[in-house]
Amino acid sequence: MNLIDRRPQMAPGIARSDAEAVNDKDTRELYQKREPIYPKLVKGPFRRFKWIFMALALGLYYVLPFVRWDRGPNAPDQAVLVDFANARFYFFFIEIWPQEVYYITGLLILAALLLFLATALFGRVWCGYACPQTVWTDLFIAVERFFEGDRNKRMKLDKAPRSFDKARKKISKHAVWLVIAAATGGAWILYFYDAFDLVENFLTGEAALTSYVFFVLLTFTTYTLAGTMREQVCTYMCPWPRIQAAMTDREALNVAYRVDRGEPRGAHKAGDSWEGRGDCIDCKACVAACPMGIDIRNGPQLECIGCALCIDACNDIMDKVGRPRGLIAYETDDNIDRRLKGETPRYRFIRVRTLYYGITALIVAGIMLAGLLNRTELELNADRDRNPNYVMLSDGSVRNGYTVKVLNKAGTERDFVLSVEGNPAFDVRVLGEETGETLTVDADETRDFRVFLTLPPGAIDSASEPVTFVVEDPASGERAETQTVFQAGGR
Amino acid sequence: MAETDKKDIDAHTGVETTGHEWDGIKELNNPLPRWWLWVFYASIVWSVIYMIFMPAIPALPGMQGYTPGLRDHTERENVHNALADLQTAREPQFERLQQAAAEGGIEAIEADPELLRFALAAGDSAFGDNCATCHGEGGQGAIGYPNLNDDIWLWGGTFDEIRHTLEVGIRSDHPEARYSQMPAYGADGLLERQEINAVADHVMTLAGLIEPTEAGETTGAEIYEFQCAACHGVDATGDRMVGAPNLVDNYWLYGSEREQIVNSIWRGPFGVMPNWGERLNDPTITALAAYVYLLGGGEPDEFAEAALLDRDPGGEAGQ
Repeated sequence: MNLIDRRPQMAPGIARSDAEAVNDKDTRELYQKREPIYPKLVKGPFRRFKWIFMALALGLYYVLPFVRWDRGPNAPDQAVLVDFANARFYFFFIEIWPQEVYYITGLLILAALLLFLATALFGRVWCGYACPQTVWTDLFIAVERFFEGDRNKRMKLDKAPRSFDKARKKISKHAVWLVIAAATGGAWILYFYDAFDLVENFLTGEAALTSYVFFVLLTFTTYTLAGTMREQVCTYMCPWPRIQAAMTDREALNVAYRVDRGEPRGAHKAGDSWEGRGDCIDCKACVAACPMGIDIRNGPQLECIGCALCIDACNDIMDKVGRPRGLIAYETDDNIDRRLKGETPRYRFIRVRTLYYGITALIVAGIMLAGLLNRTELELNADRDRNPNYVMLSDGSVRNGYTVKVLNKAGTERDFVLSVEGNPAFDVRVLGEETGETLTVDADETRDFRVFLTLPPGAIDSASEPVTFVVEDPASGERAETQTVFQAGGR
Repeated sequence: MAETDKKDIDAHTGVETTGHEWDGIKELNNPLPRWWLWVFYASIVWSVIYMIFMPAIPALPGMQGYTPGLRDHTERENVHNALADLQTAREPQFERLQQAAAEGGIEAIEADPELLRFALAAGDSAFGDNCATCHGEGGQGAIGYPNLNDDIWLWGGTFDEIRHTLEVGIRSDHPEARYSQMPAYGADGLLERQEINAVADHVMTLAGLIEPTEAGETTGAEIYEFQCAACHGVDATGDRMVGAPNLVDNYWLYGSEREQIVNSIWRGPFGVMPNWGERLNDPTITALAAYVYLLGGGEPDEFAEAALLDRDPGGEAGQ
């Protein structure tokens, strides 16, 4: 990351406006009490986009558990479901068993790579628009604004002495926050049980204790993280601001103050000339709008989440004073320097870094897709008895016992044929099954079979010989096999 | 307060000291965090409430009992109730097992996958609790304690025979216990040591463990005919009526080394198995019998045997 200090010298004789960058690293002290931030409402394309994105994200979060997906009669019909009781994860057409958790790992790796790519291209777009902390904080600030008014009114209210009106506003705000927090925690648990059943059971007090525990837990965390902690989560708790610097470079777009255009800044009266000065009139609209309590004009900083609200705020001012928009804009560090040097800016989206992230993401996605497409619906495991290791029979034959697990991941009951490859003299006996008959496994179930292999004394060649169990579904031709050994003792 | 005057403030940290001093080292008085203190006080209050409601204080020395508390709580009773609940919950399954065993024997249990799973699970847990001590965790046996996995049965290996053995035991106190006794030929002075060595030779020859010896083929064979053949049979294949082991198979309950065989003849083994009918309920014994039978060595009933032989010669278990 570019660490060149581009902080401008303050133009002399300019009176500071009320907006302070209270969360600025240079001014905040290590042990000081949190300075409240009162972000001012802005209007503009970025603000509009954030409202739309918030509606979509929250809508998805609340609606998704109720979306149905038909998987046949033997499986739940909830599109997205983490079914702990039956150890299954359902995601639309994907069904994952516990031993296939690497699909989830793959998904997380893919998500991380896409995050790297997005960061290398457009800076902290995840933090600014999509992170749940941002979305819920934004929503909580909107609620606060609804009850207490915009920035100045909120500041005044907090300074005002106790009164009925103040209490009414504060209590209403916290009540609505709690309702939203409860709805957040409430929706979270819907992903772990059938949503419709759970809503009913939850309200009648019949849901599992874990549901209530997680409901309370997530209500509490939502309320505190989005309501009272806000920017502190991003500044102190979240590791991503520390990591993301490694993903960006001088050619990554970032929310930036264009020093080349803005400086020297200073107050400007209508009609005054713009010659010999920068476009920044030091109105601090960007500082007032910032939910993180920083001054974007101080250059790139860890606290900035790239929410772009300062762009809207500044554009509004530029329109009013009749200067071109984009004094604060998505801009690269490189271009700012180029302009300062009088060179033309350039934008390169295809760079070694973006290529690297993009290709890696494509490879991971390809592996994941191939894995999912080739996912078998039949698996086989064989555990040989260890105690006793082998059984010597009266006529000198040797018998081994195996627990053979057949995993039928299909949505229908299936009949399988079990066969054994290895020594041709093996006598195969399946407990509870007639010899030569098919083994029936219910839909989406694992079934254990006790299998005994016996070798007559003349056929035993060595103390241990390989055995391969094979199951085949004659209907579809799908087969699975597993290797183990047959122990015949020390001879 | 008079104490105020004596307040000793540490110069470096500005923190008050406790006033204790050891060789010039003073302890700073950093008070406990408030929340910690409150939790501490709350714990004290809670302990008093606990003592009122729950069993807490043991009686004075020399006296019995304890303060029972207002809630009348006993963990012993909770365990008792939990076990009773478990029993009730399993009742229907055990009833089905009993019924299936009574009507169709082991075949009926094997034919029903759900019942089979239940019988194996119930049998496994009962085996671990009661039988594994002697027969081993997997029923693999030990010297003097039969291996239950193989097809060798001293007293019969059908489901009903195993069940009966479990119920009445072997050489137990039960009046119908399976009973027999091999004489202690050496200990009771019935045979000389040379004679015992000779008969051991003979038996080991019969089993194919050693080449024939002169003593074995003369003295040994003669003694075997008069002393052993009555129970173990002229062909030495044993007799289940009296629990006499087959001496020509591959299995030696008391070991196949020469000194082990000599020792068996010398002292006359007297293996005892308790009569479990006295300690375990009927359904548990049924589950245990099914479990042991299904370890792999169970013998089909004669009735089912013909059918099985017809179908699967490989399953011709233990004759």
